[in-house]
Amino acid sequence: MEGGAEGEHPREGGVNPMEWRRKHVLGLADFSTEEMEFVVDTARSMEEVLTRDIKKVPALRGKTVINLFFESSTRTRTSFEIAGKRLSADVVNFSSAASSVSKGETLLDTAKNIDAMKPSIIVLRHPASGAAHFLSRHVSCSVINAGDGSNEHPTQGLLDLYAILKVKKKVKGLKISIIGDILHSRVVRSNLHSLGRMGANLYLCGPSTLVPKEMSRGGVTVTNDIREAVRDADVVMMLRIQLERQKTAYFPSLREYSRKYGLNTEVFSLAKKDAVIMHPGPINRGVELSDELADSSQSIILNQVETGVAIRMALLYLLAGGYGASH
Amino acid sequence: MKKSGKKVILDAKGVDRVVSRITHEILEKNRGAEEIALVGICSGGVPLSRAIQKKIRSIEGVEVPAGYVDITLYRDDLSRAGYQPRLKRTEIPFSIDDKKVVLVDDVLFTGRTIRAAMDALIDFGRPKNIQLAVLIDRGHRELPIRADYVGRNVPTARNETIGVIVEGEPEEWKVVLKESTPGKGE
Amino acid sequence: MLLIKGGRVIDPESGRDETGSIVIADGKVKDFLPGGDAPRKFDGRVIEAGGKWVLPGLIDMHVHLRDPGYEWKEDIRSGTAAAAAGGFSSLVCMANTSPVNDHPEVTRYIREKAASQGTANVFPVAAVTRGMEGKEMTDFAELHEAGAIAFSDDGMPVRSSLVLRRALEYARAFDFLILEHAEDHELSEGGAANEGWTAHRLGIPGVPAAAEEIAIARDILLARQTEGRIHIQHISTKMGVDLLRMAKRAGLRVTGETAPHYFTLTDAAIEGYNTNAKMNPPLRGEEDRMAILEGIGDGTIDAIASDHAPHDEYTKRCEFVAASSGIIGLETALPLSMALLAGGKVSPARFVDLLSAGPARILGLKEKGSLRAGADADVTIVDPEAEWEFRESDVRSKSRNSPFFGWKMRGRAVAVLCRGRITHSLLKGVDPDA
Repeated sequence: MEGGAEGEHPREGGVNPMEWRRKHVLGLADFSTEEMEFVVDTARSMEEVLTRDIKKVPALRGKTVINLFFESSTRTRTSFEIAGKRLSADVVNFSSAASSVSKGETLLDTAKNIDAMKPSIIVLRHPASGAAHFLSRHVSCSVINAGDGSNEHPTQGLLDLYAILKVKKKVKGLKISIIGDILHSRVVRSNLHSLGRMGANLYLCGPSTLVPKEMSRGGVTVTNDIREAVRDADVVMMLRIQLERQKTAYFPSLREYSRKYGLNTEVFSLAKKDAVIMHPGPINRGVELSDELADSSQSIILNQVETGVAIRMALLYLLAGGYGASH
Repeated sequence: MKKSGKKVILDAKGVDRVVSRITHEILEKNRGAEEIALVGICSGGVPLSRAIQKKIRSIEGVEVPAGYVDITLYRDDLSRAGYQPRLKRTEIPFSIDDKKVVLVDDVLFTGRTIRAAMDALIDFGRPKNIQLAVLIDRGHRELPIRADYVGRNVPTARNETIGVIVEGEPEEWKVVLKESTPGKGE
Repeated sequence: MLLIKGGRVIDPESGRDETGSIVIADGKVKDFLPGGDAPRKFDGRVIEAGGKWVLPGLIDMHVHLRDPGYEWKEDIRSGTAAAAAGGFSSLVCMANTSPVNDHPEVTRYIREKAASQGTANVFPVAAVTRGMEGKEMTDFAELHEAGAIAFSDDGMPVRSSLVLRRALEYARAFDFLILEHAEDHELSEGGAANEGWTAHRLGIPGVPAAAEEIAIARDILLARQTEGRIHIQHISTKMGVDLLRMAKRAGLRVTGETAPHYFTLTDAAIEGYNTNAKMNPPLRGEEDRMAILEGIGDGTIDAIASDHAPHDEYTKRCEFVAASSGIIGLETALPLSMALLAGGKVSPARFVDLLSAGPARILGLKEKGSLRAGADADVTIVDPEAEWEFRESDVRSKSRNSPFFGWKMRGRAVAVLCRGRITHSLLKGVDPDA
């Protein structure tokens, strides 16, 4: 997909190659590449709204978007909140301090209560894989998966795609390396679809305890050597090393981890001269990413955040902005 | 959609003459090109606004600013549309404050598109006034909206459509009137 | 007096597979009459069994009756009704009730309730350790006297090898049997489905095959060390079958069972986060399924047992990792096992062995698993050609957690007798005894 011919003269939309038929956004596994391109395209229009003085359009006026977050996440939740408000939706936040992944009672009962309030969209983040799929079977409104266990984080996958397109104009043929806790990362799993299926040359790197062997299916290269991953890369994406998950250690210590798998200037010099650095956030500075790289001009981490709002606006619009009411 | 009646209302020459007349009317009413800004409504109004911009340039020797606005996010009938309104682009790369903004569209029908366009414009700034130029006015207004400059009045039945082709070379532009199956929106 | 007339009597223990009639009186099998005709003077009830198979009553040696303690999921009455509908005349129920069956009172409760309300013979299994906590042995002898037929902490493994060693050694003196749920908890912890491609794709934490394999190896080697007897429950892995085969070749006193879902389904069934395909041990890969079929065919696996695990809808209607493990199985075990006959690898005699004679042998139920004269009149009459659909509305169990609804089945139990008493009948004119 070729990206960003900005300021291009808009053509008549009478020939509509894609019709949005989706009621839910549960994962990119069942998105076609056309659908992913369509969302990015829609996000482009949304971005223009974000450059105005009055950053608001009435497209979702009177519609209710509920953020149902069972895992704490300020940044994703805020991003969805801003996205909804820019579209004039009424956004409501429910945070449920999830204890352990305990009885589904909490999820099902909460869902039914919320559904009774007739929202247009529920945005769900939950520690159990498949939670969004489960929810979508028990509510009547649309469901957007904002991260379910270690399954998928589709909006992140799409915003990563768009962020790369903005800077690199294409994804096909790029060497994109993702480094860190691959095993537990739902971001990686969504990116396999948004980047991998769009033609990127993906490298997944981490200690062997954190990179499942199943990942090497489907044309992805798996390596335990960060230098191999970074060498000649166009995009280097670092993942947060999940301290919270270390019940029985997957690696001996953070010190050892950051020495072997952290990105510093010396290792990054192996990448292409115009390579960019990404990170889904929040960053463990000094562990997976050095301070200077996090703040360098080659980091597009903040662009990812900006892009995230546009992508989420696009999805909210597509689910509830028009087609929504008729199904 | 195979059509029985397909009547050419304006051929390329006819469109060109009408655009010239509208341009002269705009310049006359506003006493020149100062303070004028053109905003075409996507999609049909955009090439028309560019055509008007070009004619002003050749008549007055002045380049008036021109932009375009996509009103999809401002529609009041999204849920009823029955088809997927694809987003286009809005680009107004100049300030509209204190400008006389001339909205340009191809067909004026119920008036809802114009209402949405005005809502969008207000979010961009505070123009001195807003005027409306349309190539065709086909009647059936549902809101109290009128055009300042009209290329041609074409009274129509509800089941007829006006087809405005303003793509490609100006030599290929034309306006046709045809019967159609209802329900495809404006 | 009762005559089961003219069916194909398949009784491997007596070496019999021929058309004939079974004479029943006073709850015992009295005689076998070859051929299809009734004796001239017979004034008892006659059950016409022409075209049907007449088998020694089937025995399900792995059932969770949930009674006492979880009666909303199942109780002794509904569980035995499900057993009878499924073709079983006897069942063995596990100890993970509430309170745990680690005390003779609980054992007696189960036996008594089954005797008065049940429609199948119920043989309770008592826990190996108190409270199933894996620390202290229960009173094996006293529990046995109260009616416990074997010992198992099923639901859990006996975690400590030392504790299991002691239990095996102690049981040896009485020739008691320990049934072991083979699972290394540390390896399986947090897992909800077989560790493999499907779970990976769905983002579900996996249970590695090694969790079962390591436990089976340990159990076999402890049996060897102690010269004791052990029975491995619900084998789901290829290596598990291989280990059992190796143990038998080495002459060890180890037996093993599998459940119908392990040779019918694979982990592909969890697609769409289907919680009715979640059980412990989990459904494995195709390679494992084939190995289990192989093990059934070559005699490595001694018995098929359903591991009937009823759960209320509430605990299944949630996200996959939070759902309860287990499916009901009493009413589908027979037809799913009969599918084994299609390939030709399993003969009808072997089929009977897997579901009746084998369990009887393993558990020391001398009067069961056979239709020889003097055996208990436990009979299962099967229509091998019956084609039917397994529907939710037909289920006798209180619970509905099954992945087999809507399946077209072939083979059905049309009548079951328990010590001469008809507990189930789909035959016209033959009604269950009150």
